[in-house]
Amino acid sequence: MTELIVNGERHTVDVDPATPLLYVLRNELKLNGAKFGCGLGQCGACTVMLDSDPVFACLIPIVAVDGRRVRTVEGLGTAEHPGPVQRAFMDEQAAQCGYCIPGMIMRAQALLERKAGASEDDIRQHMEPNLCRCGTHMRILAAVKRAAVTMRSAEKPSRQREAGR
Amino acid sequence: MRRFLFGLIGILVVAVIGFVALTWRSELPPMAPRAAASFDPALVAKGADLAAIGSCDVCHTKPGGRTYAGGYPLETPFGVLYSTNITPDPDTGIGAWSQAAFTRAMREGVDRRGRHLYPAFPYDHFTLTTDSDIAAIYAFMMTRQPVSARNEDARLNFPLNFRIFAAGWKLLFLHHDELKPEPSRDAAWNRGRYLVTGLGHCGACHTPRNSLGAEKRHRPFAGGDGRNWYSPALDASSPSPIPWSAEQVFNYLRHDFDPLHGQVAGPMAPVNHNLARVPEADVRAIAAYTASLNDTDAATQQRQTQTALAFARDREATLPIMRASTATTPRQPEPPDASAQSKEGAAIFAGACATCHHGGGEWPSTRPVPLGLSTTVHGPDARNLLHIVVDGIHPRPGESGKIMPGFAGALTDAQIVALAGYVRSRFSDKPAWTGMAEALQQIRRRPAVTEAP
Repeated sequence: MTELIVNGERHTVDVDPATPLLYVLRNELKLNGAKFGCGLGQCGACTVMLDSDPVFACLIPIVAVDGRRVRTVEGLGTAEHPGPVQRAFMDEQAAQCGYCIPGMIMRAQALLERKAGASEDDIRQHMEPNLCRCGTHMRILAAVKRAAVTMRSAEKPSRQREAGR
Repeated sequence: MRRFLFGLIGILVVAVIGFVALTWRSELPPMAPRAAASFDPALVAKGADLAAIGSCDVCHTKPGGRTYAGGYPLETPFGVLYSTNITPDPDTGIGAWSQAAFTRAMREGVDRRGRHLYPAFPYDHFTLTTDSDIAAIYAFMMTRQPVSARNEDARLNFPLNFRIFAAGWKLLFLHHDELKPEPSRDAAWNRGRYLVTGLGHCGACHTPRNSLGAEKRHRPFAGGDGRNWYSPALDASSPSPIPWSAEQVFNYLRHDFDPLHGQVAGPMAPVNHNLARVPEADVRAIAAYTASLNDTDAATQQRQTQTALAFARDREATLPIMRASTATTPRQPEPPDASAQSKEGAAIFAGACATCHHGGGEWPSTRPVPLGLSTTVHGPDARNLLHIVVDGIHPRPGESGKIMPGFAGALTDAQIVALAGYVRSRFSDKPAWTGMAEALQQIRRRPAVTEAP
């Protein structure tokens, strides 16, 4: 039995310990946000967050996830109440076919949580492992930059409050 | 007693005078700026190839910095040194250096002003480089774009921060040998030896060093250290399951890959990047000499190749795992004798690695050699495998090449150690590695060094 914490919820699954996390998310937990792209860690469509890092869910066996926090695009918000990164992707109309987008959002989320207000250079470097075959990279970049601005301004007042204490 | 004291002082004074006389180097006059057009283009072109063979850019460029403008931090057991700006900027680079000053720096490790340079600069190899080759490199360097970038001071441990110690080091370890042609070998081998032992300074990483940081001359190419990677032995003690032939060394150096050895990685990658662009005959010469170091005749090579291939194929064919399918599979029965750690390592290998590292992989971009043939897996310590698992393998930006994703964020330290231990026991017949956790911590502590552009 492997215990998983996905988007804050505990799950117990009984599968072979070598099974990639992606298959468990999609087949067992019915979280179909993360996608199967290449299965080789080369395209990023399966990107989810493990603790605070973006990882390829197709290449991480379930045994390695035992007891660690997994976050998927479903955990960032809903259609009614999207999270700031999701909101920015919608505002910039960053998706063409959309297959890469959940992975793009999760990789961007990891960067902006660590470094709200990341520069364009930071974003370009950080997003490098994720590919979009439709070629909407420029819109994706614009979306991440927009999210960086909203997340930084959301962070500022709280920092000021802390500093004022 | 007084006589004894005077005698002692006298000896000391003579010793100090002798040391100063031996090590003191005068400042050479600064040179007025010289127009790039005044250098013979043919000489500049020759210098470009030689500078590439010497991989000057690899150390004299910092990550994200301008080529040859220096600033690369070299971590040594004695502290951190920063490479210098060797662009022809008159104020911060070598723009005011005459040919004589440049040649003296290459051969004696002394800068134009007469200061002793630390032996991280491999002048102990450049002593073998001919005057005409140094002149060509000079012409090439002096025709680069000048970059204004101040040199950073070395941060060496006391008392080595005094340059006088570099002078003493040279008295002990800087030899001015000459390479006499070896008549029993052909011209290519002799050319290869000249490049490998001289300008290419391969021994700087591939030869073990003594406690004072000098190469052990009695154990040339017996394996050393470069940027916290194990630099494999090139002699008969090489851990490679298949002894390298000249053709295989050539494939590796020129094309980054040999089907019986694998893919370049780590600090060797930027060296190969240079060797992909120099005259092919020089790379063949380097390969001919390098392969001769393991001193293996053709029949033995053949036999060991067959043995190693059989071993590698067997270890893969009998892997107790299935190629991962997109369906979740039911729990497999576990081998009863396996320890918890090796069971974990096996499961991680099956889920994270086997898609590519089992049966040759599906895609050409990921198709690796069988791990049973890998020098990394057979090496004396785990560092190279740990580096690759943590950071992966990536082509240079904008270029094609083999890819392996890094697992830095995906696997915990304990998981990576379990995986490395499993790979070692599964794909080699060598004893288990020790010190993996400490080595991994050191590798994790710093971000991956980005290669020079």
